[in-house]
Amino acid sequence: MQVLPTPTERFIQGILPENPVYRQLLGLCPTLAVTGGLKPALTMAAAVGFVLLCANIITSLIRNLLKPHLRIVVFTLTIATFVTIVDRFLAAYLYQMSKALGPYIPLIIVNCIIICRCEVCASRQSVPAAAADALGQSLGFGLALAGIAAVRELLGTGMLAGYPVLPESWPDWVIMVLPPGAFLTFGLLLALVNWISADKQQGEGGGS
Amino acid sequence: MAHALKQKIPSPGRWLRDTNLGQAWLVLALAILFGAALAAVQVNLSRRIEANRQNETLSKIPELVWGPARAREIKSGSAAVQIIPGTLQAGSGANPITLNLFKVIHAGQLAGWVIKAGGQGYAEKIDLLIGIDPQVSALTGLFVLDQKETPGLGNKITAPGWRGQFKGRSTGRPLTVAAGLSGSEAAIDAITGATISSRSVTRIVNRVMAAVKDSLEVDTFRPIERRS
Repeated sequence: MQVLPTPTERFIQGILPENPVYRQLLGLCPTLAVTGGLKPALTMAAAVGFVLLCANIITSLIRNLLKPHLRIVVFTLTIATFVTIVDRFLAAYLYQMSKALGPYIPLIIVNCIIICRCEVCASRQSVPAAAADALGQSLGFGLALAGIAAVRELLGTGMLAGYPVLPESWPDWVIMVLPPGAFLTFGLLLALVNWISADKQQGEGGGS
Repeated sequence: MAHALKQKIPSPGRWLRDTNLGQAWLVLALAILFGAALAAVQVNLSRRIEANRQNETLSKIPELVWGPARAREIKSGSAAVQIIPGTLQAGSGANPITLNLFKVIHAGQLAGWVIKAGGQGYAEKIDLLIGIDPQVSALTGLFVLDQKETPGLGNKITAPGWRGQFKGRSTGRPLTVAAGLSGSEAAIDAITGATISSRSVTRIVNRVMAAVKDSLEVDTFRPIERRS
């Protein structure tokens, strides 16, 4: 039988070795759409993190009751429930942010990261492993989003999380906060991450 | 004997596994459980969400009537400001329209009107608050409540500088949109790269002004009974 990773391994893998955005290329819709600023990006990452943690724990708890042909329905049902809860909470307690994120919060339901983690990890492993996996993947997702958002906001508006960072004379590169800026930044950061890890592997005496 | 009997009556667990209901019981149970959880969330939060919407509108109204500086003065002053939400039947002939609006009273005097209106923008619906003076002769302010225009271009309709152009415009004739300074009194400067968004806002304003010009009178204003 295949040996499944331990909770600690699951947690660490999510951050970089199996980073949802840079390694698995999952959940790219919010990655491109809400990274115009650091604040919406972090709110999105927190929302995805909450949904992923809850969905992973529930799925892990009921993993022995799951029927193979009904598992996707159960995953979707679970995910949709927690997404709706997040959506309502944002509208109640962070009204302006909820307006800014618009349809991207309900769209978490179809975010592949969550359904992928339910399938790969939570439906096969115990609650601690599933929770650690959710935390690691959320952290990896949050770091990826924050990286892209920081670059785009800084170059596009001269600010970080709404605070002016660059001098007044900075000519705002408006394209960076527009959709093309998302693709450019993501592509360059993806190349950078791959270049660094390829370099590291070579340094260790051989790639895989 | 006992052995044979045991085989005839399957255990509840096996029965569940073998029938359609047994296959789907988990989905049904979860649906009921999650549905109840969502109902509880909705019951607890819906008032707060509605209050957020209402508060945003109400907090912008004094600014639209008096401008930011004077609104702060009045807020700290002693005379009470009353904001009465209501509806208005406007327009003529076979297709009258109902507008949501707010009547603003300061120190017992009518201080102005604020009308909530929406229309199609470049991307999605744009919702505006439009301030009009008591005589219905000029605009006193404009605020964009909700918009999903292109970030960096169309969303500049929310910038105070651009929407400030509407302040003081006469309600007597429709506003036009012009690129650059045309010199015309009724022209609104188009945002570079977002002419459609600029036109959409102006069109909504024109439509409202045309509708209310003759019918914004006290007798057609119907206050809404506020439920506490």
